[in-house]
Amino acid sequence: MTDQPLLQLRNVNKSFGPVQVLHGVDFEARAGEVVSLIGDNGAGKSTLVKCIGGTYTIDSGEYLFDGAPVHVRTPRDSAALGIEIVYQDLALCENLDIVQNMFLGRERTRGLTLDENAMERAASETLASLSVRTVKSVRQRVSSLSGGQRQTVAIAKSVLWNSKIVILDEPTAALGVAQTAQVLELVRRLADRGLAVVLISHNMLDVLEVSDRIAALYLGRMAAIVERSSVNQTQLVELITTGRSEGIGGIPTSTTTGVPA
Amino acid sequence: MSNDLSPAGSSAAATAAPDPEDKPDSSSLAVMAATAPVGNGIGDYARNYVSRLRGGDMGSLPAVTGLVVLIILFSILQPSFHKLYNISVLLTEGSGPIVIAMGLVFVLLLGEIDLSAGYAAGVCAAVMVRLNVGYNSPWPVSIGAALLTGVVIGVLIGLLRAKVRIPSFVVTLAFFLAFQGVALYVLNNGKGQQGNVSVTDKVVNGIENNQMPLWLGWVFAAACVALYAAVKLSASLTRRRAGLSAVPNSVSALKILGVAVLVFGMVYILNKDRAINKKAIPQNVNGKIELVRPPKLEGVPWVILLVVVLLVIWTFVLSRTRYGRHVYAVGGNEEAARRAGVQVDRIRISVFVISSFMAAIGGILIASNVKSVSVDNYGGNTLLLAVGAAVIGGTSLFGGKGRVIDAIIGGLVVEVIYNGMADLVKGTNGSAVQYVVTGLVLMLAAAIDALSRRRAGAAGLG
Repeated sequence: MTDQPLLQLRNVNKSFGPVQVLHGVDFEARAGEVVSLIGDNGAGKSTLVKCIGGTYTIDSGEYLFDGAPVHVRTPRDSAALGIEIVYQDLALCENLDIVQNMFLGRERTRGLTLDENAMERAASETLASLSVRTVKSVRQRVSSLSGGQRQTVAIAKSVLWNSKIVILDEPTAALGVAQTAQVLELVRRLADRGLAVVLISHNMLDVLEVSDRIAALYLGRMAAIVERSSVNQTQLVELITTGRSEGIGGIPTSTTTGVPA
Repeated sequence: MSNDLSPAGSSAAATAAPDPEDKPDSSSLAVMAATAPVGNGIGDYARNYVSRLRGGDMGSLPAVTGLVVLIILFSILQPSFHKLYNISVLLTEGSGPIVIAMGLVFVLLLGEIDLSAGYAAGVCAAVMVRLNVGYNSPWPVSIGAALLTGVVIGVLIGLLRAKVRIPSFVVTLAFFLAFQGVALYVLNNGKGQQGNVSVTDKVVNGIENNQMPLWLGWVFAAACVALYAAVKLSASLTRRRAGLSAVPNSVSALKILGVAVLVFGMVYILNKDRAINKKAIPQNVNGKIELVRPPKLEGVPWVILLVVVLLVIWTFVLSRTRYGRHVYAVGGNEEAARRAGVQVDRIRISVFVISSFMAAIGGILIASNVKSVSVDNYGGNTLLLAVGAAVIGGTSLFGGKGRVIDAIIGGLVVEVIYNGMADLVKGTNGSAVQYVVTGLVLMLAAAIDALSRRRAGAAGLG
């Protein structure tokens, strides 16, 4: 682990009015790795992700991208860095087909007209390179796709746009067993392609299956960042619920009292 | 003479049946690996089409079917319906509401509504006729002023909807009332005739009442077919060259043939002399009484050229440009479009501008058709015909789904009902029955829209 983390947050604080949501959080994501972000409701997962994505700006702390400090104030800033967030509610247009969705907002044009053929080829190639075989045609409307297929499209979009970091917010929350397996496989493949993947999940099985490292937030503090190989499910649940587990996790109990959840 | 319309009617069904989507791309059966296209047979194409119908993606199929059924029905029930004269009346009378409906398609695509379009058309027509009659403006000035008025109205509605965030239903309902007053004011004040103002400009009156020379009608037909064929074939060709699956040639050929039969059939019908009275009548010619045949009434009305040009332009904008893609995206999922960087507010304002601009053109056409401007011609009727036209044609009231040609197909359905019912129910209740039937058809179209949407939703989860 001598290589530079692609994304590094140091001692990040974030408050909304009198409510401090993030307390001195450290976080990092490395190229080629899946890092899972776990924590109970209100632990600060969403806030942290929105700070990374530029929806919120951090109050204090360091935001390093590729080792260099950057200022991310709007979603456009993070997109320019190559950070792509795939939201839980997907953000796909059901009335458009897969190609149209993957290129939405960044359509390729030739003169005045859309270059449909180039877009279709690029979309097909991207999906093929991710070994996605579950969709029949890239000209299928999204309304005819299953939940898993929609996730696939949303994730593939980030690959198409050459993102460096992909943040997935609960990608398997609404999926069945088989579809979850497919999406997790895809998540793994993203990392294997050299992207840094941040996976937010409530599902410990998913987290354990796909992660390289696991970061647990507890009441706005980073309770622990651990190697996947060094923890089991029970320890993860303890980290989520109490912020500590047999030697891992370092939040003294006294400081956690009185912190608004 | 009894089956004058049947070639046009049946070919309409033939062409529209395999072509619910204007874009060849979206109906093709591409596979994931771009190098291995499958589904290049006509059988696959048909199967694909049927499966899309089952999924609730009916496009304009119900409207085209309805149109054919209505034409056959009225031809049987009412002898005067398929007279040549009536066919041209049907087309010119319908052109105004159809053009307004074309603009409304854009508003409906965003899931919005423009209830003021009818009276906006009235205001624009009033501006035109006032300048024309009262201030002797040449037609380019008066028509230009009317179009500009339409754009201003659209910007106003758009800003109130997008920036002030008043629901479009309320904004346009308010303008529905206000514009009626504005149109009345313009017609009842200023120089020149007041009240029901006659249009004196020959160019304006000529749009609906003059015909192309016969030869130009044929050239027009040939140009339409050539353009359609060029678009279809070049799309297939570039797709094949790019290694993508394309619409089978046999399907393209069938579609082109269907369009050719339809277009040439219409021009053939319109190029016949449709004058009702063809008998020579005695007239005083240079002091002598002679038998003079009344002038022939033949040729394609100029307004049809205008409607086709508008259809081509707006279809291009919707299906081939980035702007059009963004209109569909905002209509499908506003939040997704916003996250993808689409300027949602700008798109929203723009559709109201297009709607009001097209309403201005439609208003001028209605003025040209009746050769006068009076507020009565732009009342609730005009608007409902236009909204009905768009929805009956297959444009969804829920946004995200619809094409410009829907307005024409739906407009013809509405017009055929109006025209066909006109003499069917005798006596004082004729117009009452017309209203009820048109209302029921609109309801039916909205029901089909809602049900097919539910079905598509169900299919999407499967």
